[in-house]
Amino acid sequence: MKISMGTVGFAVPIVAGVVLALIGHPAVQLPPPSPAVAATPAASGFALKSVSVELPVSDVVFPGGAKADAIAANCLSCHSAGMVLTQPDLAKAAWTGIVEKMIHAYKAPVAEADVAAIVDYLQETRGAK
Amino acid sequence: MIVSGAAWAQNPTTPATIDLPLPGGPDERVITTAFPQKGPMILQRTRPPLLETPFEVFDRGVFTPNDAFYVRWHWAVIPTEIDVDTFRLSVRGHVDKELSLSLKEIVDGLPRVELAAVNQCSGNSRGFTEPRVAGAQWANGAMGNAKWMGVKLRDLLDRAGIKPGAVAVRFAGLDEPVMSDAPKFMKSLSLDHARDGEVMIAYAMNGEQLPLLNGFPLRLVVPGWYSTYWVKMLDRIEVLSAPDESFWTKNAYLIPDTPGADMKPGQAGVAMVPINKMVPRSFITNLKAGGTLKAGTKNLVRGIAFGGVTGVKNVDLSMDGGATWLPTVLGRDEGKYSFRQWQAEVAPAVGDLALMVRCTNDDGLAQPLANNWNPSGFMHNGIETVRVKVA
Repeated sequence: MKISMGTVGFAVPIVAGVVLALIGHPAVQLPPPSPAVAATPAASGFALKSVSVELPVSDVVFPGGAKADAIAANCLSCHSAGMVLTQPDLAKAAWTGIVEKMIHAYKAPVAEADVAAIVDYLQETRGAK
Repeated sequence: MIVSGAAWAQNPTTPATIDLPLPGGPDERVITTAFPQKGPMILQRTRPPLLETPFEVFDRGVFTPNDAFYVRWHWAVIPTEIDVDTFRLSVRGHVDKELSLSLKEIVDGLPRVELAAVNQCSGNSRGFTEPRVAGAQWANGAMGNAKWMGVKLRDLLDRAGIKPGAVAVRFAGLDEPVMSDAPKFMKSLSLDHARDGEVMIAYAMNGEQLPLLNGFPLRLVVPGWYSTYWVKMLDRIEVLSAPDESFWTKNAYLIPDTPGADMKPGQAGVAMVPINKMVPRSFITNLKAGGTLKAGTKNLVRGIAFGGVTGVKNVDLSMDGGATWLPTVLGRDEGKYSFRQWQAEVAPAVGDLALMVRCTNDDGLAQPLANNWNPSGFMHNGIETVRVKVA
């Protein structure tokens, strides 16, 4: 296996490294570099297998009760709540810019009437104090 | 506490968590095992998935195991079933002959190449950017190194035949935005870059087919460039006769056109350009902050480094705040785009010790002492410091 061989291969320079590190010599004899791209004829086939998986769903909810209604109603179709709740504290202007970006660049279907409530929630939950 | 439903289901009482040391927080994250073809990962976002590689993985070897390789998706509509018999990769646009190739035709019909290369998110380490910026709040684990196997993009483009006047090549995958009018994720490269003989279409990483979340069945590999260009689930290639004006190339993933992509918060009038080549980085992997070294004896310090768009020339350690630097010994060279292991022995005196590690690449570019800042938290590559006790 390539990974363990690499680790084993490194055991040899360790011994030299101790000495060289002590005398501060930067030049070390190591194996020559392997070519960046090595082309080989596609003789042996590489078989790909079909894949079927399930992706987990998040049950994280926005805390705050009714104050979270607007963000929960408008934002969770595209991303789970963890995206918001892991963000650092940002200035209100930054949160406003992010909500505008979601609407205009990423086409989030946010009701105009909900924008202020979403920004207020973000400011309260993750706003720079 | 932020907990995914799946994590609860697996471990209903005490979901494993990790505290990323992000300045100002929030820094608690769940360690999830709920994602297919993945072992324990740091959960940054469930949907669409953002999964970070736990940092201790990087101490285990120069290649990052597939089941620990980080995951990053932009849009939430991600196919969960791929039939290898019906999947097709198309090549269209400014070509002599449009192609629609099966996986078998790609794997068996084109010369196979292998290349070790680091795949790193543009925003790796964004969580350490100060002042903090919005986006996925990664620590240092949005990167990985794999041995990629596949075909040269050039060989595929030559088969289609590039028409005179072509200037760029655009790539897109099977993922789709939830809102149909939102911009589909696509990235493009200049025609010369696409035909440089190094850009690949990979069907395997580390000897196995790609995990679905890393782009099965095909992923573009753009050695030395940030991962935003490494389009996952690649199923369409479009040769363009005019520069790409679409959102993800023209308006997203932009960096200040300054050395190190550095600017001041709020600075006006900074020209912005698409992110491109990676810059050098290095990490200590066998010591954690707050760990201890033994006084009066030699202690092994080791880690990984990469040069970015070229190889690692050297990796140096400092124990005096960067005043003097000690050489380290580099491990086996797996190719200039790969992680390279390094190690050294240190015999520090009793007390607090700050170990700093610096990579210089083959172009002579060294990591800066201070981290950069830009509004997206891209291209973080300042010298890393690990503070330990010597006793």
